[in-house]
Amino acid sequence: MRYIPNTDTDIQDMLSDINVKNVEELFEIVPREFLLREDLNLPHALSEYELLSHMMRLSEENANAQDYRFFIGGGVYHHFIPSVVRHLVSRSEFYTSYTPYQPEISQGTLQAMFEFQTLISMLLGMEVSNASLYDGATSVAEAALMAVRLKKKTKIVVAKSVHPDYRKVMETYCSGNENEIIEIPYDENGMTDMKQFESAVAGGVSCAVLQSPNFFGIIEDLGKYGKIIHEKDALFIAAFSEPLAFGVLKPPGDFGADMCCGEGQSLGIPMGFGGPYLGILTAKKQYVRNMPGRIVGLTEDQNGRQAYVLTLSAREQHIRREKAKSNVCTNQGLCALMAAVYLSGLGKTGIRRVSGICHARAEYAKEKIARLGAVKLKFFSPTFNEFVIKVDADSETLEKRLIEKKIIAGIQMEKFYPELRNCILLTFTETNTAEDIDILCEALKHAMK
Amino acid sequence: MEFPKKLRYTKEHEWVLLENDTALVGITDYAQQHLGDVVFVELPEIGTELKKGEAFCVVESVKAASDVYAPLSGEVLEINEELEGHPEILNQSPYEKGWIVKIRIVDSTEYDNLMKIEDYEKFIESEEE
Repeated sequence: MRYIPNTDTDIQDMLSDINVKNVEELFEIVPREFLLREDLNLPHALSEYELLSHMMRLSEENANAQDYRFFIGGGVYHHFIPSVVRHLVSRSEFYTSYTPYQPEISQGTLQAMFEFQTLISMLLGMEVSNASLYDGATSVAEAALMAVRLKKKTKIVVAKSVHPDYRKVMETYCSGNENEIIEIPYDENGMTDMKQFESAVAGGVSCAVLQSPNFFGIIEDLGKYGKIIHEKDALFIAAFSEPLAFGVLKPPGDFGADMCCGEGQSLGIPMGFGGPYLGILTAKKQYVRNMPGRIVGLTEDQNGRQAYVLTLSAREQHIRREKAKSNVCTNQGLCALMAAVYLSGLGKTGIRRVSGICHARAEYAKEKIARLGAVKLKFFSPTFNEFVIKVDADSETLEKRLIEKKIIAGIQMEKFYPELRNCILLTFTETNTAEDIDILCEALKHAMK
Repeated sequence: MEFPKKLRYTKEHEWVLLENDTALVGITDYAQQHLGDVVFVELPEIGTELKKGEAFCVVESVKAASDVYAPLSGEVLEINEELEGHPEILNQSPYEKGWIVKIRIVDSTEYDNLMKIEDYEKFIESEEE
């Protein structure tokens, strides 16, 4: 968006047009006692150079992933983003028309979204994908609403090991309507408690939501839970926060997931202090008409040439009004494009390799940390690139000590799970070298003394 | 446009064929012509209890997506599964092959209040004006 300020002449012209002497006169209708009669308390304007230096100094106060050893994840991940992603996304053909309002005229944008849908479906082993939603949390919540519509049942089972933010957004989506969320606790292995899960699903529910790898980094046994869900005629929703896990892990589609949804930030999108991110929502083909959001389809024009269109629009708000499947009427076009460029840039082999490195680094760290003595693994289940440790000290003090050493050591789990006192979720990606991990271990050992 | 005499009609352009206590329901020739080519029909589930006036089915055409309203209260006994794979039947044969659901009715006075052919034709004329 361009900012074009009005000149003094512009302002005078406009004022004289409506027969007003000055700008103050425009506010005469406001009672005098409400008007501010003094100058705003603002510092003097800076030159561009001064402003940039000022902003730079401010930004240096942030503990960022470039200058710190960075072991924090839990839904947002520090992966390397190849330059090709930013380069292609910044092309004006994409950048300025990211949400085309006359979509079919932007064949290039539609094709990019179509490729995105294809790549995402392949990665997750699912049949159809939409052209993205806002973020992981809204995708999971929308998937649950899909299940409620499809099964015409209001109960939603959610594992407590699903990302806490996702569960919060689901709660918001389910307030003010009849939907009811049933949370299932995790067992001593950090996996969803099978017995409680079974009895909850047996109570006539629309769906059950499981996340794998879950918020503790643990790989849940999707096949086992999926079978139980389907035996009870409910829908199986597989959530994720780290899609790169599916470079080495079997995709949720292979376990019969009816919907697979989550956060796509790992796929070439910067952490950016919390957004914008990428909501991914995929499903079995039979449920496509109940999907929210835009979907790009491929067809032929009257001359038999390949053409991309926004399809199945009868689900959407601009056609169905109050009966639309969802209020979502946009997507994260640019972030979806980043993911499409990232995935096609890396290719199958590249994704497998990045995924493998993330896992290997985490395993290396796990082994070293387990030998530290005062630090224990909280759970002993297989993990992908994150795991929870329990320290023999006050974990918040520990965190502060490590920050002083320019190490950001994970998430304090107590914030989300009060029972997990002094537990920290550590995350490893291809950006953490073995040397970084050695330094982390040394620092942990030292800080515990 | 053709409107069989044996049927009763609604202002939302559904038709009803009553046989004892079961009723076959579909949309009229007028409805299918105004919708244009039907591309998808979202059917209710067997066993659903319908209330008169309630939307129970969605017919999606190249022009619009429209609700079909229950002309009578009752339980859905059968659905026309042919429509799932061949929605164009609704255009080709709205009164025969294109029936949508079979309902077991609960209140025959509801049927008595539906329009006969003369009233429906008059209604359409007034709609057209």
